[in-house]
Amino acid sequence: MKYNGAEITIKLLEMHGIDTIAGIPGGANLPLYDALYKSNISHVLARHEQGAAFIAQGIARSTGRPAVCFATSGPGATNLITAIADAKLDSVPIIAITGQVPYSLIGTDAFQEVDTYGLTLPIAKHNFLVHSINDLFSIIPEAFNIAQDGRPGPVVIDIPKNIQTEVLEFEEWPQLEKKASARSFLDVSQIQPIVKMIHNAKKPILYVGGGMIHSNASRALYKFAEKNNIPVAVTLMGLGCFPTDHALYLGLVGMHGARYTNLLMHESDLVLAFGVRFDDRATGNVSKFCPNAKILHIEVDEAEINKLKSSHHSIQGDIGSILEDLTPYIENMPRLEWIQEIEKYKIEYPFVLPNEDDVFHPINIIKYVSRNVPEDSIIVTDVGQHQMWTAQVYPFKYPRNLLTSGGLGTMGFGLPSAIGAALANPNRQTICFSGDGSILMNIQELATLADLHLNIKVIILNNGHLGLVRQQQQLFYEEHYIASKFIRNPDFATIAKGFGIPSCNIAEEGGLDTLAEILSEKGPYLINIPIRQTENVLPMVPPGAANTEMIGGEHHAK
Amino acid sequence: MQNNDYYVIELVVRNHPGVMSHVTGLFARRAFNLEGILCGRIGDGTTSRIYLLVKNDDFMDQIIKQLRKLYDVLEVSLHDDYDYTIFNNLDTLLKPKNNG
Repeated sequence: MKYNGAEITIKLLEMHGIDTIAGIPGGANLPLYDALYKSNISHVLARHEQGAAFIAQGIARSTGRPAVCFATSGPGATNLITAIADAKLDSVPIIAITGQVPYSLIGTDAFQEVDTYGLTLPIAKHNFLVHSINDLFSIIPEAFNIAQDGRPGPVVIDIPKNIQTEVLEFEEWPQLEKKASARSFLDVSQIQPIVKMIHNAKKPILYVGGGMIHSNASRALYKFAEKNNIPVAVTLMGLGCFPTDHALYLGLVGMHGARYTNLLMHESDLVLAFGVRFDDRATGNVSKFCPNAKILHIEVDEAEINKLKSSHHSIQGDIGSILEDLTPYIENMPRLEWIQEIEKYKIEYPFVLPNEDDVFHPINIIKYVSRNVPEDSIIVTDVGQHQMWTAQVYPFKYPRNLLTSGGLGTMGFGLPSAIGAALANPNRQTICFSGDGSILMNIQELATLADLHLNIKVIILNNGHLGLVRQQQQLFYEEHYIASKFIRNPDFATIAKGFGIPSCNIAEEGGLDTLAEILSEKGPYLINIPIRQTENVLPMVPPGAANTEMIGGEHHAK
Repeated sequence: MQNNDYYVIELVVRNHPGVMSHVTGLFARRAFNLEGILCGRIGDGTTSRIYLLVKNDDFMDQIIKQLRKLYDVLEVSLHDDYDYTIFNNLDTLLKPKNNG
């Protein structure tokens, strides 16, 4: 049989189970689009390649399976860069396939030519520049393996146009190799020292993160934590891996963690660092992080072990399977003394919530939404104060319920990622919490949302500012407010209607009942809610300070 | 010959144009110091060997781990016993054959 490079590429993607591709066509990838025309894979036309790549991220983050995005050469490829870097830092398996000028023109500053391979080297897990059509048969399957193996990450495949159009005659399609399971196996000699550490500890704490989610380890974590009564503190990327209403749940740790959580971590004598990388947002000043504790670090990426903090004991492996192997050896321990101390801290250093009558306080709005949407709704946030409030108070029950840009903190992440999540999960409600700053960064994707008519409610917590910047200027730059207040505020409700999305403003009392109504209906909707401009996310650990040196969020005894 | 200040990291890598970029890019973006680099093909040309001259400091462990993570790097080994005169006399590569 005879196929051209583009057809081979599309067929290989089909063979890997891809059913949706987000992208934008251009000169250098038209042959790929022509092959896509004849395929069963459905295509989502975004309005900016960054949007396309975030749509792919939304699919990948919400399902755990790799997702594909397309862009043309030159500006198409450069527009992907932010989203690829975002995927790298949060370990998201996306595969970006870019068109490139014909091989003979590479290096000549041809029309819409950039060194896509070179540009994406530092921000991808791996990159391929396809040199010959035969390479496609090895590159595409390898790309899927690399994207999903161990610590997931983005892979970039740059395909010159001449290879897309070149025709190859061959006998049969390659057999896809069954990948060996990612399971780690611990033998008894490895298990014993760990079990000993845990049994001997008086004040153990679990410090868990994104790795738990990538490893699908929530069930295993639950059994492990409950059996030995070990409280669980999570990072931003770990939210959802442990039920937020459980007695052992300590919530978010780090820069905006609850006072009691950061103080308890400081008291701990054994930190079980599972699927985490000791990122500065979670640890604060890392040399002052958990100074009294032994650290047991279990992590699939070997390079993260002892990168920022020396561990007393470490295992490189898949946390989900390791927890399964470990739990049978762990004793049932009630740990009454430690649990009581934890309860005392929760009472003495509680997380201060706003008055419930303050209906339009962003925290109360977020909680109101949580009470009016199904438990399995997907919550997507943009970046900023609204993101931190959502992380602090939203009652996540399941992993992959929260999609948020943690490592790169990319404003503009929200809307397109919500589109991807809704595409991959059509029977669920998707909520996108955004800010007036973030929403404008990928606002053009409202057009994509209108095209697809997805079940997404975009809720803009509007304070007319770059909120987190304003907060930092207030707290650390002597209130030198510059470039943090928007001079004029667009009318987002009108803009949404212009894109063909129903919308409204909710500002007056009783307005929240309208919100409940909107949330109960299917379909896209944009809701703009003005909030007080001077709210701060508290407590806050100043950048560079120890987690115990939190500002604000203190409980004043009545 | 031993030189305790510097180590040589020997890499066996897949031989294609991008590999050098991956390796040197790693040093650049992690702010590791790369003092010297030599590279050449092995055997049938599908693989190459790269020799990196690196200062022996606290980051050595991280450097080795990050190099191992690179998909195109097949083997990594560390040497503290090597002929350091090679790196100090690289200009002899271009010395003219005849004098005058």
